[in-house]
Amino acid sequence: MKRLAIAAGVVAGLWVVNGLLSGTLVPGVSISPYFLQVLCLAGINIILAVSLNLINGFTGQFSIGHAGFMAIGAYASAYVTLTFGDRIRGVLTFLPEAGRSGALLLVGLAVGALLAAFAGFLVGVPSLRLRGDYLAIVTLGFGEIIRVFILNIDAVGGARGLSGISKLANFFWIYLFAAATILVVSRLVRSSFGRTLIAIREDEIAAEAMGVDTTKSKVISFVVSSALAGVAGGLFAHYLMYIHTNSFTFIKSIEIIIMIVIGGLGSITGSVLGAVLYIGLTEGLREFAQYRMVLFSFLLVVLMIVRPQGLLGHREFLQFLPRRWRLGADAPAGGG
Amino acid sequence: MSTFLQQIVNGISLGSIYALIALGYTMVYGVLRLINFAHGDVYMLGAYTGYYLSRRLRGDEPSVVSALIVMLGSMLVCAIIGVLIERFAYRPVRRASRLTLLITAIGVSLFIENGAQLVFGPDPKFFPSLAPRADFRLGHVRITSEQLTVILVSVLLMLALRFFILRTRTGKAMRAVSFNLDAAKLMGISTDRIIAITFALGSALAAAAGVLIGMQIPKIDPLMGIMYGLKAFVAAVLGGIGNIPGAVLGGLLIGVSEVMVVGYLSSTYRDAIAFGILILVLLLRPQGILGRVQKEKV
Amino acid sequence: MALLSLSKVTMRFGGLVAVNDLSLKVEPGQLYGLIGPNGAGKTTVFNVITGVYKPTAGQISLDGESLGGKRTGRITRHGVARTFQNIRLFADMTVVENVQVAFHCRQAAHVGAAVFRTKTHEEEEARVDRESRALLKIFHLDHLAEEKARNLPYGSQRRLEIARAMATSPRLLLLDEPAAGMNPQESNELMDLIRWIRDKFGMAVLLVEHNMKVVMGICETVHVLDYGSTIAIGPPAEIQRNPKVIEAYLGGA
Repeated sequence: MKRLAIAAGVVAGLWVVNGLLSGTLVPGVSISPYFLQVLCLAGINIILAVSLNLINGFTGQFSIGHAGFMAIGAYASAYVTLTFGDRIRGVLTFLPEAGRSGALLLVGLAVGALLAAFAGFLVGVPSLRLRGDYLAIVTLGFGEIIRVFILNIDAVGGARGLSGISKLANFFWIYLFAAATILVVSRLVRSSFGRTLIAIREDEIAAEAMGVDTTKSKVISFVVSSALAGVAGGLFAHYLMYIHTNSFTFIKSIEIIIMIVIGGLGSITGSVLGAVLYIGLTEGLREFAQYRMVLFSFLLVVLMIVRPQGLLGHREFLQFLPRRWRLGADAPAGGG
Repeated sequence: MSTFLQQIVNGISLGSIYALIALGYTMVYGVLRLINFAHGDVYMLGAYTGYYLSRRLRGDEPSVVSALIVMLGSMLVCAIIGVLIERFAYRPVRRASRLTLLITAIGVSLFIENGAQLVFGPDPKFFPSLAPRADFRLGHVRITSEQLTVILVSVLLMLALRFFILRTRTGKAMRAVSFNLDAAKLMGISTDRIIAITFALGSALAAAAGVLIGMQIPKIDPLMGIMYGLKAFVAAVLGGIGNIPGAVLGGLLIGVSEVMVVGYLSSTYRDAIAFGILILVLLLRPQGILGRVQKEKV
Repeated sequence: MALLSLSKVTMRFGGLVAVNDLSLKVEPGQLYGLIGPNGAGKTTVFNVITGVYKPTAGQISLDGESLGGKRTGRITRHGVARTFQNIRLFADMTVVENVQVAFHCRQAAHVGAAVFRTKTHEEEEARVDRESRALLKIFHLDHLAEEKARNLPYGSQRRLEIARAMATSPRLLLLDEPAAGMNPQESNELMDLIRWIRDKFGMAVLLVEHNMKVVMGICETVHVLDYGSTIAIGPPAEIQRNPKVIEAYLGGA
């Protein structure tokens, strides 16, 4: 019961904030559309960063193909809502308009997440046998192959990109899924299953010798992570209403890596912080657009030299607070 | 049949470029166990250095001498750049985890790409023609003088490298370092120096590739190193990373198969083929064609 | 029937024969010592038993069931646990988490249950936590439960490795030089501990050790390897008098 109440509270809270930010709740109260968009993109990047951290930070497997799974989620969900949108809305006439859009979005996201998860399975099973930089390069290769294939599917626009997607996602949905992602990942890593992931990161041979089915654990973490990337892609498509394979090159994958590296591999709050910092800096330095990537990459190298574990390291944000501020709850953020 | 032979010639010419870049990947991986992500960008810098050098030399008629000056000048500049990258970015993290090293390399790569866009401008530049050109015909197969230059220069450079590594003291030290860095250090080899030389050599070869590609496809841009770099890396893995003849073999195989895919299938799959090969290799024979298996000690 | 049986096992690395035609039988509840000079192939025997290496020839079976071709994880779940010569703890996890990981293999864990925090999942986690802490208490590590494994002193790390191996509920425990780097008092305590866990849990222990006092002090059977081949098997008192063993240790070759 308590859990239901919390969930309802979160949904209601997000709905109110969404209304306030977009100006639909109190007339005259809103923030600039530009700032709202930045917030929404930050939310999508939180999902991407936290999900990638499950593989790269907690399981210690270095993947640089996250954008490929994001692309699958984006294209699959957009294809579903474009092709079957009217039919699904037709079935749901008993719902109010917002409910119909929400339900349609959920159907699209579900399909996107499933397909991305399936792709994650197909990629993960053979490649997770490889270690370290080899895995990195194979995932990069798969990511690019996924992109090239989508580019060659005419049904989703090919080189023209896919346009005319309905704007079904907004602040509310994006942050609902961001919260859900944080919840899922933090519960996973603090479960018996999650300990096997961290054990693999620490010493794969010892983990195997302790009876951990390392392949299975790695594949599951890869599949979950891919599914969440698919959700992020779906939200991205239904927020911007237009997608092109150029948004999902390996540069995007590397951006996500920068986010989790800044925050600290193996820290969920670190990933959130990294995503927000990255988007904040990117947007804040928009006037200096040509210098900002130079600055970022320079800072990344400096960070690796002076603090390779990232800002938070393996720790969660709350663990940095004095103990008495933690309200007796030693559990890090995001716990249920 | 003649188209097929023509494709082979084109493939070998392209493959020689990949092979030159792949050598740098494989040598650096040999000594540091690092995928030097920035290597493709050094190749790009080589092309730009060549571009600016040849602009300075303009006024002269295209001649073999000026082409040689451009080539050697660009190799020298990039050798220095390679050493600087190693000294200031990789050496401080050499003893850190391999992941840290890899992320550092990604950072250096992004830094060069974005810095180049700032300095050179994001738009492509057209490489002036350096040497007098002519076409040769062998039956129905056409070989341009640029292709011939690419192939000849590559072969020469690879022979020089082979001589250096097998016959000189420094080359032997390099092999010792790539066999076991710590043991080499204990034997009194200055590993820092050897690693710096490895970067210098690899970068010079990449620069040569950059100038050669500039002469062949006269369009260069600051992001040209990404795809060439990745494919050359695939070539190194295909041949067996850390293995020098393997890098050459891998480069030629990747070059030929890419030209074949473009010629007989579709140019949109141009970039997918290399990755397809990479994935097959890593899944079926991760040590590469000429590489040896290494098992972790328990 | 023997619990562990190796018959004519050979392990070759290229031209090097690390283990040559090795046969041995460990009975349930037996303390079996495997000794030999450096490079005799003792750790390789462990790696072959636990599936890290596939033997070039020969059969390995546990309780009559062949272990051939099985992966390390499955062999552990089958009832073989080990420690490592060069300690391999999960350095950045706490002491209690190290043990909990090893409990995982006897746990019915579902990813979905972990996400939704179902009642059974929560009870299971609580049980594992309780049992892990109980196990730590046996090994006198309970006061360090929340410490990172990397921060433990050397002797405690060795004990934690054994505790972690015990958490997989093995029928056969392989200890790879557990007394290495221990002082005489610590190794005496270790001997008591090994004897105690054998008596309490009734498992067989296969011990690789350089410390002769430990091997001769607790093992019922001692097996001597030299250059991968067996040169003697017998009770400790007999082994100590065996001229071939003395020669292998004191030089000759």
